[in-house]
Amino acid sequence: MSKGLPEARTDAAMSELVPEPRPKPAVPMKPVSINSNLLGYIGIDTIIEQMRKKTMKTGFDFNIMVVGQSGLGKSTLVNTLFKSQVSRKASSWNREEKIPKTVEIKAIGHVIEEGGVKMKLTVIDTPGFGDQINNENCWEPIEKYINEQYEKFLKEEVNIARKKRIPDTRVHCCLYFISPTGHSLRPLDLEFMKHLSKVVNIIPVIAKADTMTLEEKSEFKQRVRKELEVNGIEFYPQKEFDEDLEDKTENDKIRQESMPFAVVGSDKEYQVNGKRVLGRKTPWGIIEVENLNHCEFALLRDFVIRTHLQDLKEVTHNIHYETYRAKRLNDNGGLPPGEGLLGTVLPSVPATPCPTAE
Amino acid sequence: MDKEYVGFAALPNQLHRKSVKKGFDFTLMVAGESGLGKSTLINSLFLTNLYEDRHLPEASARLTQTLTIERRGVEIEEGGIKVKLTLVDTPGFGDSVDCSDCWLPVVRFIEEQFEQYLRDESGLNRKNIQDSRVHCCLYFISPFGRGLRPLDVAFLRAVHDKVNIIPVIAKADALMPKETQALKQRIRDQLKEEEINIYQFPDCDSDEDEDFKRQDAEMKESIPFAVVGSCEVVRDGGTRPVRGRRYSWGTVEVENPHHCDFLNLRRMLVQTHLQDLKEVTHDILYEGYRASCLQSLARPGARDRASRSKLSRQSATEIPLPMLPLAETEKLIREKDEELRRMQEMLEKMQAQMQQSQTQGEQSDAL
Repeated sequence: MSKGLPEARTDAAMSELVPEPRPKPAVPMKPVSINSNLLGYIGIDTIIEQMRKKTMKTGFDFNIMVVGQSGLGKSTLVNTLFKSQVSRKASSWNREEKIPKTVEIKAIGHVIEEGGVKMKLTVIDTPGFGDQINNENCWEPIEKYINEQYEKFLKEEVNIARKKRIPDTRVHCCLYFISPTGHSLRPLDLEFMKHLSKVVNIIPVIAKADTMTLEEKSEFKQRVRKELEVNGIEFYPQKEFDEDLEDKTENDKIRQESMPFAVVGSDKEYQVNGKRVLGRKTPWGIIEVENLNHCEFALLRDFVIRTHLQDLKEVTHNIHYETYRAKRLNDNGGLPPGEGLLGTVLPSVPATPCPTAE
Repeated sequence: MDKEYVGFAALPNQLHRKSVKKGFDFTLMVAGESGLGKSTLINSLFLTNLYEDRHLPEASARLTQTLTIERRGVEIEEGGIKVKLTLVDTPGFGDSVDCSDCWLPVVRFIEEQFEQYLRDESGLNRKNIQDSRVHCCLYFISPFGRGLRPLDVAFLRAVHDKVNIIPVIAKADALMPKETQALKQRIRDQLKEEEINIYQFPDCDSDEDEDFKRQDAEMKESIPFAVVGSCEVVRDGGTRPVRGRRYSWGTVEVENPHHCDFLNLRRMLVQTHLQDLKEVTHDILYEGYRASCLQSLARPGARDRASRSKLSRQSATEIPLPMLPLAETEKLIREKDEELRRMQEMLEKMQAQMQQSQTQGEQSDAL
């Protein structure tokens, strides 16, 4: 499955590209293969600038889900990631609000703008996960929600009169919060990730990592990685979707050394060495959230936002969604589902190319 | 006339010598979900490595694990005093996906120790009763939650009338000072709401000096204790070596009262209240169990949960019993109760006599 057009990986790269006006060649171009030498400048590299312009105009959607026991700092971390109050912290709720008896799904949308680019960010919270005495199947409401978003998208897609831009509510990324016990994963963690890693991109993070020393952190991470491997759980970035060697080496390094990221979140600022930094102040020192010697928040942020944001969306669309779609069409006997078809038999729906303007 | 010196003042020394010779038994239960630093804290409290041979199972193994009760014994000697410490662990607690009723084996275990003691007490050879009753349960609360979780409440509710509970906030170095205060308050509120009885440290005597009283009050206010455990000594260049945890941003010192309540816990648990914990276990919790046990035997079908009020042996025997054939042991118990009552009456008479002769002596002195 092709990933579509090559995309600029970072904002920096995109801003560096300025189209230079060059004279068009007088000689008509022969059809050339990819690796042949160009006899003159064509201008296909300006597509990046064109994409950038379009994206800036339309903005893009990003849907991130957070899952984990209450009190692991999920909302704080998301607020820190996007440097705004996009998630309402449960600790600021009315004290009367109790832990919900079943897992609830709460989706809150915000529009964030940076450098002229508008992002419609939706944070999907899952309060009640793992908090009860009996947490059997507590992931089912989450799986149901994710599949419902695929269903919504599918229905729009198979419509005869489709919208120009299908609203994308599909979950692009699921941050799973692991409790920093220092021992190993908990049975619930395994169960959740086993069921959901086939349906959505899961990025495991070790929450509240300021309770672990450096040695404890690295031992814990090794054990977690090994347990995930032994249980056949593929977290994002999945090995099977590495496109080329470049991807593979970059992702291998992340998979085998950095992940799961041990993070600390904070919405409070303190003065350290003359700078104002986000952190946590304790009697024995100040933990700086963005200091790589203290925790790996910066790595997570760069990974999710600065390098792999577009890839997260593409894998969701080209792989997870396609898997869902294929299963639905198969179940339906090759026919597209939905009421908008009046029972007529249509030729098989062609694969939708990756939407470039999202 | 000189007041005659009888010699009662030497009594405490006699008791002391006897107890030193006998040694001291204490059973401490440690409970809470795995990964909260329980073993590290126990090792820190008693400065021993009790968990050397421990094997931590992986998550996939824990999927089907049921709760087990493990006992570890260690003899600690300090200043000529021998303490036989028994640690009761509850590995597997709170681990499974479905933890329903996972506290039942623990409740059963505590009751079994009471049953055993009850049987031993009514037995013929009572010289060497082994006291395996659980004298104290240190319950570890996660610092990551927002107070007590449903499982915590269920467990505490199930055992609070059977064992002295001392709740502690584990891994307290996860929290900033304000967060610690808020969490402590929240837990205290929840304990009140859910009507859970934790061990009440007794008030200090009214004749203690102000400083001591203030210290005592401060200590009580810091319950539940927010603790950090460590068996590693951190040597940081110029500063003196301390037991603690070294992070990139600083070192948490276990024995620094500004960093955590470890010293308070150690003081209150080990230094000052070990004996009281045993006494409360015997006088109140065990008696409560015994009373409800006997009541339910005497009145079949009447499940009467004894309250934590002091039930004296007398009141237990005053409950009207229907004319049912009693088992041998019940008869024995009743006989012994009668004996004890008679002895108590005699003792009271003697005490009254002594008091009388004392006041008479004082009167004659004054004359």
